[in-house]
Amino acid sequence: MEISQSSQRILASLLEARTGQQITFNRRWRIDSALSSIMRERDFANVDQLVARLVAGRDPALTESVIEALLNNETYFFRDKLPFDLLFGGPVKRLEQARQREKRLSIWCAGCSTGQEVYSLAMSFADEKTRWQGWKIDIVGTDLSRRTIEKARAGIYSQFEVQRGLPVVQMIRHFDEVGGREWKISPVLRDAVRFEARNISDAPPHPGKFDIILCRNVLLYFSPEMKRLAFTRLSQAIAADGSLMLGAGETVIGLTDRFVSDPENRGLYVPAPGVGIGASPAARVA
Amino acid sequence: MRSCLVVDDSKVIRKVARHILETLNFSVEEAEDGREALDRCDSSMPDVILLDWNMPVMSGMEFLRALRGSERPEQPKVVFCTTENDIAHIRAAIAAGADEYVMKPFDRETLQSKLQIVGVA
Repeated sequence: MEISQSSQRILASLLEARTGQQITFNRRWRIDSALSSIMRERDFANVDQLVARLVAGRDPALTESVIEALLNNETYFFRDKLPFDLLFGGPVKRLEQARQREKRLSIWCAGCSTGQEVYSLAMSFADEKTRWQGWKIDIVGTDLSRRTIEKARAGIYSQFEVQRGLPVVQMIRHFDEVGGREWKISPVLRDAVRFEARNISDAPPHPGKFDIILCRNVLLYFSPEMKRLAFTRLSQAIAADGSLMLGAGETVIGLTDRFVSDPENRGLYVPAPGVGIGASPAARVA
Repeated sequence: MRSCLVVDDSKVIRKVARHILETLNFSVEEAEDGREALDRCDSSMPDVILLDWNMPVMSGMEFLRALRGSERPEQPKVVFCTTENDIAHIRAAIAAGADEYVMKPFDRETLQSKLQIVGVA
């Protein structure tokens, strides 16, 4: 269905003002399908009618629903797989040595959507039970969408969601059938992770210091200014010897000098000298 | 180019699977049941087999047991692709030697991810 240019601009402005995310040109064709269920429920004949109601400003619930619908919540278990191999082959192994005394690792999935990335990490640690015996592995997922965080917390996934990217052996080990073609994450894994509704530009979640931060396929929807702010926030929440993982098409280059490429792990980033929690004052950049 | 044998008594499913697999750059052969699939494997072993459970003449499970119990030196990856979507069937399939399991209905992304998991895509 044709959506007027002015409606597109209004929706884009609303989303950016509330979330910092932009609707890029190649996502504009999806506006209609993203809003279709709201239009059906609220009996709007087209997007322009819905936008007219939004502009009237007397329906905060509608505004909330529209923002939720416009956010891109695409995710799946072990998304792209290679990043998980990279993470466990590099930073996790390195930090396992570095944290031998305290036996604690804190991981933050910023922009976790419906929780698949968080549970993928939790499964990876759980599958090496002996190796991580005695460790406290704290994994927290945040997303600005309350709806996706609620779904993540519930840990219930459709048949489509549960088998996309997830090896069947791990599926039957970590999920229970709940009927109606739905599968629920095991109570052990559910209790091993936390979720919070929080924007990346806000203060970080507890404990505020993370050894590993994953922020994959999140920043690509932000303006350069928002990206810079997000990198500053992330740099204030990462351990000086921590690691940052972005999405495959994302980079810090030209946006921040607070992170640099990890020389030992291509595709990962580490805090620049003097940046990060616990950085040596001598190394701190003037 | 990798090869895939699609074993399913439904012509529609075979057609849909063929379409997806060809877009993933697989060469595709088809069989209507387990017996025909064994014959196909005897003449040319595929890299991966997409296998239905319930079929006439020889079921998917009977085929899998025959394949895994055979003296054939080459053993392809086997991905069950079935409407038998409960955990008991899944466990039985893994125990019999299946490498992966796709619950119908499926889409391109699901199939592609399962083929990546077994290392053929």
